[in-house]
Amino acid sequence: MIEIENVRKSFGPLEVLKGINLTVAKGEVLTVIGGSGSGKSTLLTCINGLEAIDSGRILVDGVEVHAKATDLNKLRQKIGIVFQQWNAFPHLTVLENVMLAQVKVLRRSKAEAEAEAVKQLTHVGLADKIKVYPSKLSGGQQQRMAIARALAMSPDYMLFDEVTSALDPQLVGEVLDTLRMLASEGMTMICVTHEMKFAREVSDRVAFFHKGVMAEIAPPEQLFGAPKDPELQKFLSATH
Amino acid sequence: MFDTALSTNDLIFLAKGAGMTLIVTAISVFFGTILGIIFGVFRYQVGPWWAAPLTFVLDIFRSIPLLIQLVLANAFVTTVLGYRISGFAIACGVLSLYTAAYCAEIVRGGIEAVPQTLRRAARSLGMTWGQDMTSIVLPLATRVALPSWIGLALGVMKDSALVYIVQVVELLKSTQILITRLQEPLFLLMICGLFYFLISFPIARFGGYLEKRWSND
Amino acid sequence: MFNYTFRWNQALNSLPQMLEGALVTMEIAILSMVIGISIAILLTLFRLSRNPLLVGIAATWVEIARNTPALFQIYMVHFGLAGFGIHLSPYLSLLIGIAFNNAGYLTENFRGALKAIPDTQTRAARSLGMTPLQAFRNVIMPQMLRISFLPMTNQMVWAILMTSLGAVVAMNTDLYGVTSELNARTFRTFELFAIAAVIFYLITKVITLSARLLAARLFRY
Repeated sequence: MIEIENVRKSFGPLEVLKGINLTVAKGEVLTVIGGSGSGKSTLLTCINGLEAIDSGRILVDGVEVHAKATDLNKLRQKIGIVFQQWNAFPHLTVLENVMLAQVKVLRRSKAEAEAEAVKQLTHVGLADKIKVYPSKLSGGQQQRMAIARALAMSPDYMLFDEVTSALDPQLVGEVLDTLRMLASEGMTMICVTHEMKFAREVSDRVAFFHKGVMAEIAPPEQLFGAPKDPELQKFLSATH
Repeated sequence: MFDTALSTNDLIFLAKGAGMTLIVTAISVFFGTILGIIFGVFRYQVGPWWAAPLTFVLDIFRSIPLLIQLVLANAFVTTVLGYRISGFAIACGVLSLYTAAYCAEIVRGGIEAVPQTLRRAARSLGMTWGQDMTSIVLPLATRVALPSWIGLALGVMKDSALVYIVQVVELLKSTQILITRLQEPLFLLMICGLFYFLISFPIARFGGYLEKRWSND
Repeated sequence: MFNYTFRWNQALNSLPQMLEGALVTMEIAILSMVIGISIAILLTLFRLSRNPLLVGIAATWVEIARNTPALFQIYMVHFGLAGFGIHLSPYLSLLIGIAFNNAGYLTENFRGALKAIPDTQTRAARSLGMTPLQAFRNVIMPQMLRISFLPMTNQMVWAILMTSLGAVVAMNTDLYGVTSELNARTFRTFELFAIAAVIFYLITKVITLSARLLAARLFRY
């Protein structure tokens, strides 16, 4: 379970998170929507400790992320995150990309890591590309590799930060299909996305962020069908 | 504070050495740059194939230790050709050619960095080749080339320490002579090193500043 | 025309000795590069650390190495340390001096290379749970070395040429030193140094060519 309690964060004079309260239960799929600058991506990078918070707490399975005593590297093994830019390691093959952290961080044997890597790469549909260098793959394929790379760490939670926004339109579908599959398998997911249709179909709940505040959170039929917050109404009419 | 046997005469001696370093550097950089510009423009205009002999010769200057270049030049001119010529002249001659070899590359790179589109626009407006070169290419190429050229000039100053081999008493040699006499190696070397550093560091920083400022334009 | 009789035969007889000297030259150059690269990686880590002392050490090393003559640096190692009572052999003084110089220039090259690597690479590695050191060693450093390959090759060529500076510390087993000694005995200055020049030229060309071939093989991605 991920618990976010009254989290505030500023970048210099700009406050991007103004007291967020949110709990994500195990197995839940939460999508986060909102305009740019609303703080959605910042929230994700705070959850895995890449960004510090100014006040409040974030707890993952009871462990406070930003406590001094917390071993962030250990915690990050439980939380997988995939960014908008897939950040493939260019000097390694696809297989090596997915194996690296398993060997170095989880200390799995090369054989174990390879087996798991092949499993996850097949899972996302890249079985035939494992010996290839990322530069030879399309954006969509590299993004799926990034997903497999995060999955290979056997995380309990997966965070997706606008993972389709940087892709050519025709490549978006394959990545969304992968996310749909993960959701149906029961992975706990928080997805920041602009893809409204996807959010409707896949989420247990949808959260709408506006200017650093979580303005509304509800199951998709309710949020999309009968939005209460005026900003949300504006947002939805603009994007439909 | 410093209990040193260094006398005023010794300091003057060192100063003379420093002066020699600067003179040799200045002369070599001056002539080397002029030659380098000529060679660089020539290489660019004529293209890699026709310029190949020149490129080959210039490349030699960058593939052989400077010390050997100085010794060879000295041996060739004085022993083989039989002319009596001062070490100073040999030093300046060799260093100028050495500078020219590197400068030609820098100049060529600078010219190539000027977008062809700009030059075509200039010629389409009726400018001659000469006007194109001076009004368009020169300012833009200089922007690209200047930071590298500054690096080259500083490099020549550092390499000038090698001209001791042709009996030119520059700073490092002067320092060595004093060390042999006064037996205070560390102190004297500090002074020597400080001289090079105090000249090179600010100029290098300035070159870096220019590079940053011009690359953002 | 020439008031001089060339005696190439005499000089060419010394070729075997000069080639042996060339081997020593290569040995020093290679060792100085290995040491230089290792130190440069260390200094790069210093630079990346937030520790002001370490950052300062790295900066000082780089600035001294790049703003003073290599000859001075070799001098400093040999005669400066002698002032402290440490007497090094000519070979060691030359090696350490060149390595010091290499480390300074290479650290600067690495800095340029690091600028070309997006910091999202580190972010991705850290997100997978890697420590900063693991992220550097496994993700950043390989890319940094690959980008620096050409500058490192140039530095290697410099190192080879710098071995001639052993002259000031009476180094007599490298190519320049051997040539110098032969010259002192036979006075065939022009012929001997001309041959030495040719050998140096060939060595640098071979190194540059091999590096290009190596790059094509190693960096297939």
